[in-house]
Amino acid sequence: MTQKYKREPVKMVPAPSHGILPERDVLSRPVLETRNLGIDFGGLHAVEDFNLVIGKTEIAGLIGPNGAGKTTVFNLLTKVYQPTMGTILINGRDTAGMNTVQANKLGIARTFQNIRLFGNMSVEDNVRIGLHNQIGYSTVSGIFRLPSFWKGEREQHERALDLLSIFDMQDLADHQAGSLPYGAQRRLEIVRALATNPSLLLLDEPAAGMNPHETEELMENIAKIRDKFKIAVLLIEHDMNLVMGICEGICVLNYGRVIAKGTPEEIQNNPIVIEAYLGKRKEG
Amino acid sequence: MKTRKSKSFSGNFITYAMVIVAFLLCELALSGVIPGFKMSRSLKGQLVPICVYIVMAVSLNLTVGISGELSLGHAGFMSVGAFSGILVSQWLLSAFPETNLELVRLLAALATGGVVAAIAGVLIGIPVLRLRGDYLAIVTLAFGEIIRNLLNCVYFSFEGANLNFSFLDPNLPGNIVINGPMGAIGVKKLASFEAGFILVLFTLVVVLNLINSRSGRAIMAIRDNRIAAESVGINVTKYRMLAFVISAALAGMAGALYGLNYSTVQAAKFKFDTSILVLVFVVLGGIGNIRGSIIAATVLTILPEMLREFGNYRMLIYAIVLIVVMLVTNNPMLKSTLDSLKGKIFKKSVKEGDKA
Repeated sequence: MTQKYKREPVKMVPAPSHGILPERDVLSRPVLETRNLGIDFGGLHAVEDFNLVIGKTEIAGLIGPNGAGKTTVFNLLTKVYQPTMGTILINGRDTAGMNTVQANKLGIARTFQNIRLFGNMSVEDNVRIGLHNQIGYSTVSGIFRLPSFWKGEREQHERALDLLSIFDMQDLADHQAGSLPYGAQRRLEIVRALATNPSLLLLDEPAAGMNPHETEELMENIAKIRDKFKIAVLLIEHDMNLVMGICEGICVLNYGRVIAKGTPEEIQNNPIVIEAYLGKRKEG
Repeated sequence: MKTRKSKSFSGNFITYAMVIVAFLLCELALSGVIPGFKMSRSLKGQLVPICVYIVMAVSLNLTVGISGELSLGHAGFMSVGAFSGILVSQWLLSAFPETNLELVRLLAALATGGVVAAIAGVLIGIPVLRLRGDYLAIVTLAFGEIIRNLLNCVYFSFEGANLNFSFLDPNLPGNIVINGPMGAIGVKKLASFEAGFILVLFTLVVVLNLINSRSGRAIMAIRDNRIAAESVGINVTKYRMLAFVISAALAGMAGALYGLNYSTVQAAKFKFDTSILVLVFVVLGGIGNIRGSIIAATVLTILPEMLREFGNYRMLIYAIVLIVVMLVTNNPMLKSTLDSLKGKIFKKSVKEGDKA
């Protein structure tokens, strides 16, 4: 397969908490910063001492073998789990004591490893639910069809189609979300997350179940989303073509601990990472 | 977009049209203009209860079908609405005896019934909505019983515009209105079929418009996938509560109408059986299917009356009919035949629509 998408080379510079940032983001506040983040599940340290800094327009990757705690990190960042240690700062704001809804309002949106769409609803309604806090009107005006209802519905409709057009899905707006092919469902989840107007988009294995051609398109689209919405993206992925092709900074997790951080080139040649994935080479 | 909007629009249109046509037919039969097209006495007496049960079924469908919470205490809200509605209407009668304010009294009773039931909905919702699934069902069941037993111990009487209240003590001065386990007595009947029809229309407007709005989508999103709904910033507690309270308020209004249809109403009327009866309407009509709830409530309210000629076997046949309907509507073969039939009929109209 010939790689069509080409990542522009960026220089990574040191950031707080032993992190790295693309040089262009150094002057703006990082969209996400975690300090010594950790969670215990009854004595099991699922994630420990997790330090990560993500620049304002960075595309970052979180990789690691199965069971390393990657999705747990996502659940911590989105406040599905409350961390037992450490701090999470979203756009400089501490999220201690917040719930998922508040974290979303601060600017963090996610997709799920096992797709969680509203399968019985139409594609457009799924996006409209994402727009819930962006374009609103009161329940009363909804029940009695007041002018603000019509205005809000029209705006939601236009914005939803606009967002769907990122992935060329505007023609599918009437389809039932659950009946879409797998790849389209993954894309719809991204659109729904984008509808909440996030500053950081978390993608949990966005390329899972996609063919190489679709993955290629996905890479272009992730870059396009970043450029269009000026947001940061953090993705978990096992497809190394995608990770190495698109991520600027990569963080490797194993047994709940960060074992390496760096640019794709550094990670590819890091002996610790190779050992974590492939095991130790026998002596002699 | 066009197809989807027009689909939900036409679906709602059919529901409204069905209710209005049924109302007009009943009115025609009641007036007796057409000879031979008349309504039996027992059926006439069922008209207001049918309206009440339609409102109950549609409002319970909002909780069970749209919000996805199994509630077994719906009759509790109905009883709260009935007693508060009776109280207000009788108080207005006692305070302003010389004026003829039937419509005002009826509206005041409905509004009070709705508001008081909504308050009860909030109070019950706070603890209950922390639970899910079976636990929620059990707690709502308990609340329905608690409300009924509380109402059994409440005494109200009027002296002109004064209101006396006591708990457990039946010795009250003045004209007693609510007499503990004897229930409300000496109620001036205010309910009419027309009022019931308007209440049904109001309920349909509220529920159908709610479903097709931002809040309704949020409620259904929580039902379909709570974690995903939270991840896009939907306040789960708020919207579960909203559905629960609107449902309770509508049940309270239905209760007020029901209470004003009889001269005496006892709290025992709103026991667990009534909650289950309404749930049967919802399940039989299809969970989440508003039109189905209306049809099921109507048919199952009339059916026991129709079966009177079978005497002692009446409830046996009623049960058999229920079981048969459930089996038939759940039969996949029959469903696919019906769907293909539907497809054949509607394909034509769709093609014509495309040409136009």
